[in-house]
Amino acid sequence: MAKPEIDQITGVETTDHEWDGIKELNNPLPRWWLWVLYVSIIWSIGYWIVMPAWPLISSHTKGVIGYSQRAVVARSLEQAKQAQSVYMEKIAAADPAAIKADPELLRFALAGGEAAYGDNCAPCHGRGAQGSKGYPNLNDDDWLWGGKLEDIHQTLKVGIRSTHEDTRVNPMPAFGRDEILEPAQISDVAEFVLSISGGESIDEAAMRGKAIFAEQCAACHGEEGKGNMELGAPNLVDRIWLYGGDKTAITQTIRNSRAGVMPKWEGRLSSETLKQLTVYVHSLGGGQ
Amino acid sequence: MDWSKHKIIETNSILMLIGILIVVSIGGIVEIAPLFWLSSTIEKVQGMRPYTPLEQVGRDIYVREGCYLCHSQMIRSLRDEVERYGHYSLAAESMYDHPFQWGSKRTGPDLARVGGKYSDEWHTLHMSNPRAVVPESVMPGYAWLSDRKIDGKDVAANIATLKAVGVPYTEEMVKQAGADLLAQVDPDGDGAEALVKRYPKAQVRQFDGNPEFVSEMDALVAYLQMLGTLVDFTSFDASGPNLR
Repeated sequence: MAKPEIDQITGVETTDHEWDGIKELNNPLPRWWLWVLYVSIIWSIGYWIVMPAWPLISSHTKGVIGYSQRAVVARSLEQAKQAQSVYMEKIAAADPAAIKADPELLRFALAGGEAAYGDNCAPCHGRGAQGSKGYPNLNDDDWLWGGKLEDIHQTLKVGIRSTHEDTRVNPMPAFGRDEILEPAQISDVAEFVLSISGGESIDEAAMRGKAIFAEQCAACHGEEGKGNMELGAPNLVDRIWLYGGDKTAITQTIRNSRAGVMPKWEGRLSSETLKQLTVYVHSLGGGQ
Repeated sequence: MDWSKHKIIETNSILMLIGILIVVSIGGIVEIAPLFWLSSTIEKVQGMRPYTPLEQVGRDIYVREGCYLCHSQMIRSLRDEVERYGHYSLAAESMYDHPFQWGSKRTGPDLARVGGKYSDEWHTLHMSNPRAVVPESVMPGYAWLSDRKIDGKDVAANIATLKAVGVPYTEEMVKQAGADLLAQVDPDGDGAEALVKRYPKAQVRQFDGNPEFVSEMDALVAYLQMLGTLVDFTSFDASGPNLR
């Protein structure tokens, strides 16, 4: 082949490629760039030897230092555990009441509880534990299943109407859907509930509702409607409502019942984390 | 330098195409093909099973609505992820996924172990209007899923297709797919027991709280409540052949 053409202006060879009269100069690659390439190639050979790299027949080369991502994460988890072990061992051995009694341990548990709360509880109960319709406010002192440390601990472990075999559960009948009460009777009971909870009610209907309440509702909610935490039956007279306290919401509750679900956390979270969460939730304001 | 041979390829598109194919194939053979024969690709685990017909339909809805664009299903082996989401994901956990839903972006949280974390009611409410339960959420609502019925006509063909590409469904599973789909939302029905026998750990409930019909919400929530719950981690040993 003939000698490459030299560009007259720059004095550089052309590649002989030509598009619409424009020719490409054949400048050499920058020297530094070439050297980076060569060093990278040499580096990669070392890397093959040191790190897991090549596929073989049934396995792969393991590398001389035996690096493993899974071993690394197991080690970093173990290190974190070690770093916290001073407190974690105490938490593992103590019950929530003992944690609360030890100021230093409590401070650690509250910090851990807050982190676990944000990851696991906030989606339902809210970032500030303020709750929302159907999801109880954890800041107030109105508790469905009890606000003592051991009650909260138990609720966290087994959940409510969850898949745990010891879950907290209390089926409220669907008085309307299952035709236990007539629509007019349901309306009367709703009026009665409004009357004892400080709402506006029609006296005559509330009087009729009182008799039905005594027969159908008092067994769980109590004669005066003050609820029963043993059964998870809400207090109806404290003006704190989970599903709304107007006539429509109360009627709906009586007609179709409510059956909120809280998942079990035993098994998903460690027992230490559950204890930290217990003291954290207890500390929010309503703990008994 | 002699550019003449170079020019032969550069000026002949078919030759260029063949050249590209050869180069790309070498890359593919070296990087992808070994995964099919290396026994260390997929861990040996206890508890993984093909998805129930309802979960599979839910999974299809998950793909259809593009959930993977904002949610990953891949807990990486990093301390912060393991502490937040649980055990890192295993290859075995997505071995029946066609296609897998690992995702590459987290606008929302990882969902690989979301199963059992929230109640069905929460999922239904959250899917209908995310702001109703999480005020700071930027997720769009999917309220229509509650209104769209699933008749289950196509589900047997769906399952048969997955069987054809290697998911270990049995003939019986394919035949019973339509019945199993309905059985999973009917805890008092006759089919529930057979379903759980065919698909261990299957959760049988009214997922969306509406007993009138099987909705897409039922399917999607059933799928989400299953995610990450199948593999038995008490029997999983991360060392030895599973160390990588």
